[in-house]
Amino acid sequence: MASVKLKAKALEGGLVEVKALMTHPMETGLRKDSAGELVPAHYITEVVVTANDKEVLKTNWGGSVSKNPYLAFNYKGAVGDKVKLTWKDNKDATDSAELTVE
Amino acid sequence: MKKLLLPGLLMSSLALTAVYAAEEPNADAYREMTYGDRDANPALLVVDRGEELFKEKRGPKNVSMEECDFGLGKGVVKGVYAELPRYFQDTDRVQDLESRMITCMTTIQGFDEAELKKKTYANEKSNEDNTDLEAIAVYIASQSDGMKINPPTAHPKEQEIIKVGEALFYHRTGPLDFSCASCHGADKKRIRLQNLGNFSKAGHDAQKAIGGWPTYRVSHAAVRTMQHRIWDCEGQMRLPDTEYGAPLSVALIAYLTAQAKDGAYVLPGMSR
Amino acid sequence: MKKPILASLALIILAGGAWAADDDKAIQALVDQYISTGYQQGEKQHSERLKQDETLKTCSETRNKPSDDQAKTIMEREKATIKYPEGNKMLGNWEKGKEVFNTGFGMRVGVIAPDKADKPRGGNCYACHTADPKEVAAGNIGNSLTGYIKVRGNSEEVVKYTYEKIFNSQSYVACSNMPRFGHNGVLSPEQIADLVAFLVDPASPVNK
Repeated sequence: MASVKLKAKALEGGLVEVKALMTHPMETGLRKDSAGELVPAHYITEVVVTANDKEVLKTNWGGSVSKNPYLAFNYKGAVGDKVKLTWKDNKDATDSAELTVE
Repeated sequence: MKKLLLPGLLMSSLALTAVYAAEEPNADAYREMTYGDRDANPALLVVDRGEELFKEKRGPKNVSMEECDFGLGKGVVKGVYAELPRYFQDTDRVQDLESRMITCMTTIQGFDEAELKKKTYANEKSNEDNTDLEAIAVYIASQSDGMKINPPTAHPKEQEIIKVGEALFYHRTGPLDFSCASCHGADKKRIRLQNLGNFSKAGHDAQKAIGGWPTYRVSHAAVRTMQHRIWDCEGQMRLPDTEYGAPLSVALIAYLTAQAKDGAYVLPGMSR
Repeated sequence: MKKPILASLALIILAGGAWAADDDKAIQALVDQYISTGYQQGEKQHSERLKQDETLKTCSETRNKPSDDQAKTIMEREKATIKYPEGNKMLGNWEKGKEVFNTGFGMRVGVIAPDKADKPRGGNCYACHTADPKEVAAGNIGNSLTGYIKVRGNSEEVVKYTYEKIFNSQSYVACSNMPRFGHNGVLSPEQIADLVAFLVDPASPVNK
């Protein structure tokens, strides 16, 4: 199952609005399990969004971001742009989603 | 002079009341800021997972849940939640969404009931992901987004269970002497800063609560269904764990849904 | 000709009343049945908590609006259950009382979070009552207790009333929303005496 839910739509004024939800546990590394043992950190470290292969957003994340995080932003673009979002986490897992702006 | 003063005094006391009302402690503004954007609801991820689980051929009989009748005919998902709980002839009882799911998953897909009920809810204290039951429930419920809350009441068993639910709503027991009505029986009450709906009367409060459930509870980082809501409330009343989908919880859900009739479903919901 | 019509009308009304009573009984039977099957079983579950006493039975049936006679019976019965602390010392330590007032821990059962045996319970009073004006997150199901002695004074009678009210709220108000903290064994007589001090001690923030 895809772990990313990506949406993008063209706004007035030459902008594209991107919205994304990502399925991820975002373990801080500070939480203890029922046996009192620390649960190892497991969180997204980097999200990159490209439009027509050109980077429009890059963000570095850490353990303070919530589980199943939500990201929304605008960039200068237009209908027809190919938008792609990719995340990477601290265990070197990665996933991505892409779409064409309508 | 006195006559002139009086209206002035009245005016200022009215103004004071207005200011006081505006400053009643609540977290509404914060919540609007956090949950105002429906695309920001992580429940949407769980809805997608629920849809896959719903359509997948599963269980010992390798059948999809599309073979199930949720009240509007076999395979119909759209709008079924808006007309639940309802009486089902095959089980000869009134069922809510989740008790109906158990019926389908045991009879049509061949799952073992005890096995299914072993793990009904994700434990937020262990940062667990939603269970399959929660995911399937929120998928089905979301297919009634934007519809009117319209539980049927024509069948005698539907009328009966609503009455039983109402009596249960006022049933006081346990070490704190609570019933549902202890917290949800009057207008504009709060536990600490948490607003409490008045569900003893039909209309706004019940419509807002029922209409937004199942909901993504941000404090749990998980989707929560009505069965979970009842289980959680009963636990706060310091009563034993409720049995998933048993007539007790279905009766309470039927009563609350009847109180919410004609409200609108905005699903999936998002809340504290 | 008028009389027979009236008589038959009366008959219909009587029959209607009897039907309604039967209906209530049938609903009550289902309530009992649903409660017996509605909760999980097992030693962790403490299903004895599902048994109502006579007082709660009356409160449930009347939806917390008992008749005058029922209210009198309840208040007399509940008053007789009150137990007092060692040496009748109903005024404890307000600082300890503040802890009890603000602690919500206690009486949990079931699979997720049963009580730790060694952790002291609280009354969770601020969930419903404002008392210390510095506590901004207090609830409003109960009345405000801020400035307690300004309203009531702190005579011996007030101390005794306050103790009894917390020990068994229904000894003063039949079918009160408030739990019977002492009667139900949620709080000990000594904890209740500390709560009394939190409310009536002039040094307590409640009275500042």
